[in-house]
Amino acid sequence: MSTLLTDRALLWLGALLYLAGFLTGLVALLRRQPRPGLRTILNTLLIGGWGFQMAGLYVRGMAVGGCPLGNTFEILQFVAWSAMVVYFFVGTTLHVTLLGLFTAGYAAALALVSLLVPHWDLTRGLKIFGNNPWIELHAALAVFSYGVFGLLAMTSLMHLLQSWSLKHKRLNGLFWFLPSVVQLDQINYRTLILGVGLLSISLGVGASWWVRDTASVDVPKLAVTLGVWGAYLLVGLLRWRARLVAVRFAWVCLVMFIIALLSLGPVNSSRHHQVPLIHQR
Amino acid sequence: METTTPVLFFLGATHHTAPLAIREKLALDDNRTAALAAKLQAAPGVKEFAFVNTCNRVELYGVGHAGAVAGFINTLAEVTGCTDAEINAVVKSHIGHHAIEHLFSVASGLDSQIVGETEILGQVKDAYDKALARHWTGPVLNRVFQKTFQAAKHIRTNTGIGAGQISIATVAVDLAGRIFGELTTTKVLVVGSGDIGLKTAQAFQSRGATSITVASRTLSNAEAAAAQTGGWAASLAELPELLAAADIVASSTSAPGFVLTKDLVAAAMKRRAARPLFLIDLALPRDVDPAAAAMANVFVYNLDDLAKIAEANLAQREAEVARCRAILAERTAALWPQVAQSLNRPAG
Repeated sequence: MSTLLTDRALLWLGALLYLAGFLTGLVALLRRQPRPGLRTILNTLLIGGWGFQMAGLYVRGMAVGGCPLGNTFEILQFVAWSAMVVYFFVGTTLHVTLLGLFTAGYAAALALVSLLVPHWDLTRGLKIFGNNPWIELHAALAVFSYGVFGLLAMTSLMHLLQSWSLKHKRLNGLFWFLPSVVQLDQINYRTLILGVGLLSISLGVGASWWVRDTASVDVPKLAVTLGVWGAYLLVGLLRWRARLVAVRFAWVCLVMFIIALLSLGPVNSSRHHQVPLIHQR
Repeated sequence: METTTPVLFFLGATHHTAPLAIREKLALDDNRTAALAAKLQAAPGVKEFAFVNTCNRVELYGVGHAGAVAGFINTLAEVTGCTDAEINAVVKSHIGHHAIEHLFSVASGLDSQIVGETEILGQVKDAYDKALARHWTGPVLNRVFQKTFQAAKHIRTNTGIGAGQISIATVAVDLAGRIFGELTTTKVLVVGSGDIGLKTAQAFQSRGATSITVASRTLSNAEAAAAQTGGWAASLAELPELLAAADIVASSTSAPGFVLTKDLVAAAMKRRAARPLFLIDLALPRDVDPAAAAMANVFVYNLDDLAKIAEANLAQREAEVARCRAILAERTAALWPQVAQSLNRPAG
């Protein structure tokens, strides 16, 4: 492979295409004139960005001998990639207006921040899952569920903006194009179920190996992971029982994701002493 | 024998130039249209023509020699019974590319009383279809009208001329769409049997709402109103249950105090889980306690709120007019050379 197309170069290209998609949508929105074909242009940029990002993650994966989830940089890239995968399904099946714009902004922010903080990619874990594909599946599903929760945070943000605009009678600009409150609420609920389901499967797979060697996982990692899962599960149950609805539900989903993102730090650092590391120049 | 080149012309009276009383006198029913058409067909200089006749305009678009154009005023006076002076005072005319530009403006809704309305395009299409079926049009008008429909579609798609609703009822329907999305499954409750409440209910019906209940203090009034919407009638005594089941409530009673109190709304919200409630207060004095708006998932809009949105939408449409006119001027300039060539072509 050309030295120009290193994993980071590909990931840069992906992030820039996400950013281009976000800016294209934003400019059209600010001009209040979404031209015919805008959705196609936006989706082409996002698919292109996603393709480059996947290629970058693939190259990185080949280098580290497994799913590239060995440092904060790789995890954030994977979370952004996962959110885009979910968007492609949700966006195309439900035709949620502006979700592409929000997802593009979110994925661009996540990918660019991870690229702009070199410290997060100074060390790479080599074969961090050993040769156990189940542990690799457990990790990939867990991080993928974070991507789903990220998209949930975006739809929750859209719900909050739409509710605010309707409550305060500020109905122009961005607000005009947002999906309905009911549609966003339903999407939030379904996305939450998907995220909790994926995280549950991931933890189930992880637990089946953990019981064979309970020392293999640090207590902080175990506590944080179970805490995030339990909190999302509780939110889902409260929503199901209609005890946590509408704006409060959206706020909780948004705040929960920020907490979940912050929890990646302790989860990630807890295993660094267990795996061989490659130090970057 | 005519030897001069025919011209494309427009002659007409609209709400801009003629008061309602004159527009009524000028209005063309089927008999008058037939009489006018017969006279125009008999006139030696008129080659093509089409009438656009709505409640706000009586217009003739045609191709003919200058003398024939002037003769139309007399013919119109003859058919409608108006005096020449009355007609000359209100009729405006355009010739050549100005006539095309005017037709483009009319079909795009720029010349309408409610700027950006869409009904006019259908009316222009009907007028053209009628003229085409009766062989009143020819190559020039056929081309001009086809290009008119394209121009109107372009304006609607690429500008904000039709953005936003501009009547109280349709603004309320738009807002409901932003809360509930599809309105087909929403339950509409009309409180009071007043006219504005019923019009709002009908606006919801036109957007797909099928479940409409009218509640009034007097059941017979509710039944009469419900019959107009095809909905159910109920008494105001059932309001707590009705409110818990409804998604959209349009209230327009003449009660002196709040009909939908904060406590009543709070009790209903406890029984309706995650579903939002849209309260439209169309009454003066108000029917809905403004304090209800503070509750989560409750959206309250009164007459002033809806009127402000309608005004803002109208202002936004009007702000688009200049841009639309510039687009239409470009399209006219592109079309005119072809039309001029057709006009200059000797009749085969």
